[in-house]
Amino acid sequence: MKFKLNVWRQANEKSAGGFEKYDIDGITNDHSFLEMLDVLNEKLIVTGKEPVVFDHDCREGICGSCSLVVNGHVHGPQEAATTCQLHMRKFTDGEEITVEPWRAGAFPVIRDLAVDRSAFDRIIQAGGYVSVRTGAAPDANSILVGKDVADRAMDAAACIGCGACVAACPNASAMLFTAAKVRHLNLLPQGQPEKDKRTIRMVTQMDAEGFGACTNHLECEAACPKSISTDFIGELNRDLASAMLRARADRSFTGG
Amino acid sequence: MRIADKREPTEYEACMSTRALSLTHTTIGKKMVMAISGLVLFGFVIGHMLGNLQIFLGPDAINGYSHTLHSTPILLWGARSTLLVAIVAHAVTAIGLVRLNRAARPVAYVSKKDVATDYAAKTMFLSGITIALYVVYHLAHLTYGVTKGLGYQHLPVDKNNWPDVYHNVVHSFQVPWCTAVYVLAQLALSMHLYHGAWSLFQSLGLNHERYNETIRSSAVAVAMAVCVGFLAVPIAVFFGVVK
Ligand code: HEM
Ligand code: FES
Repeated sequence: MKFKLNVWRQANEKSAGGFEKYDIDGITNDHSFLEMLDVLNEKLIVTGKEPVVFDHDCREGICGSCSLVVNGHVHGPQEAATTCQLHMRKFTDGEEITVEPWRAGAFPVIRDLAVDRSAFDRIIQAGGYVSVRTGAAPDANSILVGKDVADRAMDAAACIGCGACVAACPNASAMLFTAAKVRHLNLLPQGQPEKDKRTIRMVTQMDAEGFGACTNHLECEAACPKSISTDFIGELNRDLASAMLRARADRSFTGG
Repeated sequence: MRIADKREPTEYEACMSTRALSLTHTTIGKKMVMAISGLVLFGFVIGHMLGNLQIFLGPDAINGYSHTLHSTPILLWGARSTLLVAIVAHAVTAIGLVRLNRAARPVAYVSKKDVATDYAAKTMFLSGITIALYVVYHLAHLTYGVTKGLGYQHLPVDKNNWPDVYHNVVHSFQVPWCTAVYVLAQLALSMHLYHGAWSLFQSLGLNHERYNETIRSSAVAVAMAVCVGFLAVPIAVFFGVVK
């Protein structure tokens, strides 16, 4: 198969960047999209040009490293899949393919198609954990978790933190990511002691990073490689309102 | 025993110790302001629509209704002040959020395609501004009667000394451009509600897997009902059904 590629190239965060055109040949049905870019890079390297920088790690759809907006689709035209799981058989021979990085002020371009997603790490640092006492491992099943709760928490925990929700959102909002991470722990018994604190801290960190606000377009859920439900966003809204009301009440008790 | 936490004081501690941080400082809280003020305006819109439909009962019904409202200052000014607070909160918060959302994506996509959203959701700000401009004209036109002479008459009172709403409405909607303005504004309002009337449930966290579909379809039904209910009057007058 042959393709005409239109790839975003940008030397660093500060420089302007623009599209470069490349013709690529000798691609088969079995090449993944990232392998196709590997082939392109090998060609660029032998001709003494700079290879295209893009993020990837596991290449099996579980780490959340890969990204790319392919022909206008976040993670490419395949539903509920990451770019590393996309194969060239999804394209027609000779097709023109445009490749752009995630676009968000909170995700600055590092180089070419790689963006800095450490804003997500800072949201996790703000409260995406549970504090436990170290020591001997607790007995199994000493904390009982209902099956329905465990399933819901698992649905939220499926988030791999790739940033597709931000990339797809018309407002570059990180609500689906934050909602999944907050709700995953807020649902479980282990997450209860720090529930309010977690909710408030993760939301305020999300805002401080400069992501947009949710206007319920539902683009995030459609783009999410793990199909995480926007129901979690409503639940986060609920958790935040009640956490803030309780914080206010506590403050008036302590006279703060 | 409390284990000392050596990290920087956080937003949470700031929130606990001062009044610096409150719900409305967060983007989620701002969306709740949009939702609650939107809900108040939405309630008004339904009431106003039902009021308007009394035109089909003849001049005495609608003029008498207007007279009752105007002779009950508590009702009139209670409603007006609630609406004023709601519209100011709604508009000011909307402008803030729109600016924030635009700033969140400084470099636009070249190729990005939307796959889930719809036209109504994408044009909320536009439909909102259309409604705001229309409200200014609407108040000048029928409430204060200051636009008379633009092709239609405005009479302050009827034979009972009640506001002559019936006459003013009928005269106005016999003028094609005036009918067109009202029809366009109503379409903008219906589109705003098509998205807003379900979006507000999500913003307030009143969502559940089991009820989401019902909420979505009810919002569409209500948006359609508001569209038909408001358009009935200008259309009926324009085609001579009410004269
Ligand atoms: C001053 C004129 C107005 C402006 C500038 C305006 C603007 C907006 C904007 C930008 C949004 C957020 C859009 C989104 O979430 O996607 C919104 C939401 C909404 N608006 Fe308006 N609007 C106006 C008037 C109205 C009126 C008259 C009503 C009532 C009929 C109304 C009802 C709503 C509702 C129910 C929402 C949904 C709130 C939510 O998403 O949680 N708006 N408006
Ligand atoms: S490279 Fe790990 S998810 Fe794609």
